[in-house]
Amino acid sequence: MTTLTPILSKHWDADRSWSMATYQANGGYTALRTALGTDPADLITQIKDSGLRGRGGAGFPTGMKWGFLPAPDGGPRYLVVNADESEPGTCKDIPLMMATPHQLVEGVIITAYAIGCHHAFIYLRGEVVHVYRRLLQAVQEAYDAGLLGSDVGGSGFQLDVTVHAGAGAYICGEETALLDSLEGRRGQPRLKPPFPAVEGLYARPTVVNNVESIASVPQIVGRGADWFKEMGTERSTGFGLFSLSGHVQHPGQYEAPLGITLRELLEMAGGIREGHELKFWTPGGSSTPLFTAEHLDVPLDYESVAKAGSMLGTRALQIFDDSVCVVRAITRWAEFYKHESCGKCTPCREGTSWLVQVLQRIESGRGSAEDLDTLLDVCDNILGRAFCALGDGATSTITSGITQFRAEFEAHLNGAGCPFDPAAATLFDSRRVTDAAGTVGA
Amino acid sequence: MAGYDAETLARLTEDAAAVVARYPEDPRSALLPLLHLVQSVDGYVSPAGIAFCAGTLDLSTAEVSAVATFYTQYKRHPNGTYTVGVCTNTLCAVMGGDAIWSELSEHLGIGHDETTEDGAITLERVECNAACDYAPVVMVNWEFFDNQTPDSAIATVDALRSGQPVRPTRGADQVVSFRETSRVLAGFPDGRADQGPGAGDATLVGLRLARREGWVAPGETPPATRRARGGKREES
Repeated sequence: MTTLTPILSKHWDADRSWSMATYQANGGYTALRTALGTDPADLITQIKDSGLRGRGGAGFPTGMKWGFLPAPDGGPRYLVVNADESEPGTCKDIPLMMATPHQLVEGVIITAYAIGCHHAFIYLRGEVVHVYRRLLQAVQEAYDAGLLGSDVGGSGFQLDVTVHAGAGAYICGEETALLDSLEGRRGQPRLKPPFPAVEGLYARPTVVNNVESIASVPQIVGRGADWFKEMGTERSTGFGLFSLSGHVQHPGQYEAPLGITLRELLEMAGGIREGHELKFWTPGGSSTPLFTAEHLDVPLDYESVAKAGSMLGTRALQIFDDSVCVVRAITRWAEFYKHESCGKCTPCREGTSWLVQVLQRIESGRGSAEDLDTLLDVCDNILGRAFCALGDGATSTITSGITQFRAEFEAHLNGAGCPFDPAAATLFDSRRVTDAAGTVGA
Repeated sequence: MAGYDAETLARLTEDAAAVVARYPEDPRSALLPLLHLVQSVDGYVSPAGIAFCAGTLDLSTAEVSAVATFYTQYKRHPNGTYTVGVCTNTLCAVMGGDAIWSELSEHLGIGHDETTEDGAITLERVECNAACDYAPVVMVNWEFFDNQTPDSAIATVDALRSGQPVRPTRGADQVVSFRETSRVLAGFPDGRADQGPGAGDATLVGLRLARREGWVAPGETPPATRRARGGKREES
């Protein structure tokens, strides 16, 4: 049996966990001291050796990304942290930064030192003001302690960090759209190549990494690549945050080695809502093809999930029980992609709009059998033809949903409408209704 | 500059200089925070604010407008004191977000991106706000209200409208106004970072389970072993 491995989450409940004092009392910033005494090239090698792969969804090897930067030419190179967590179902980076922002700050300093960057940016989505407060304060504390600025920890290394708040746009999680947004433009993806490693922020060599990836760096530097590889599988090494949401008894963050299964996680989370059964789930957010109870034993690592027909993505495990209409769920996701499509490329802009129209027609009972073919055809014309991964993501739940739940789609057609009662899916009258709600009269 | 009195303009200019200074490589990077700053003064992205940003960054007003209209947090008309955003993305919607939305909308008598007549509440449908383990989620001025019901959401907006202080589940001690929130988003701390919890229950559920079970990362000593060795019970 796989068990949990609290590492990043280990001190999330400490008193004033977000403060530098608490972070240091729990061993924080010792890896930075080690790093500053290490040759930057050796740090890159260490991250490569650890096998750490990007925790933001794509799973690209982090050390390799660092290694792609061209040789120094005397000009600036940048580290940009992607803290734009917006993929539906994904809810790991925001609680990490709220509880222990210094994990990210320490990772930023080590990474910047490793790649020769003197100005790093943290691009946080704008819709989480308290997380922004915590990050701003953490960075200020690091300056005050001499861990940022002109002489990081007395090493002579110089680094400034700017925490930048976005303003509401899912597409800015795409790394080149993020860079355009950070440059004060509409957040639209860039044509690649050139990749950010060659021409990124301000057309200079840039590394863009996810929050969890960067927060994992101090752990690897502090405890070694071999320690990291003790967890996970051969090609999906290490640990990660698995975020369970939806119809489970105890939704939340479960930090575990990659390769754990949903069956194991569900057992830890107390199982599916009482009186119901698992119907479908996303392994890595709404851009990943749907899984069902058939996939309970798929190891949640990059290779196994891909082999089973989906993607590990952000380990955003959204769990839906048998009360949920799959057509309703998919239609709502499609509306999301239509809303968030940046409009730059035709397949995504036009395609997501048509997908929504057809899906709404089906959901309301006005659809015909041909509409299912139309959906698949439109998906086929988006997948692989869009400018960035947003378009591909929009098709994932639709094609996988029709494949696995065709009969349920058909049950909606020709005037039938939705056979499900939305009230049966809500949490009201079941659990947690009376507690935890915002309290009035602070 | 047209649209601002001398005092406001002086203050804006000083703040804008502080924002621009964060981006020594290219002042244009200051545009998003400057638009938040404009909202902190005007309560939306006003024509005067667009002109101010354009003048500050040597852009045309068309270039600034093009950026401002791309992002959902920038408001094209005066916003209420509180933006109440109900997550109606799939997971929250299914778990109760749709019901919360329709009851709130009916209770307030307004729809998406509309504001109550008293200017207190602007209601919005919002997309996933990265708190799915606390579904259904409502955001008030971008502070988290976790595990909501129609009743709790209605109680919140009623309290906001009557001027009572309202506390988010994970955030500052009290929700501040849209303009104050916008000023923080422009990068000006308001001294509230130490308020509120570090984490909510769902955030800690895996950690607490691991502690109960004695599960630790490789190379760490499980609490059970420590207990055996030290002969006394340790919770963590």
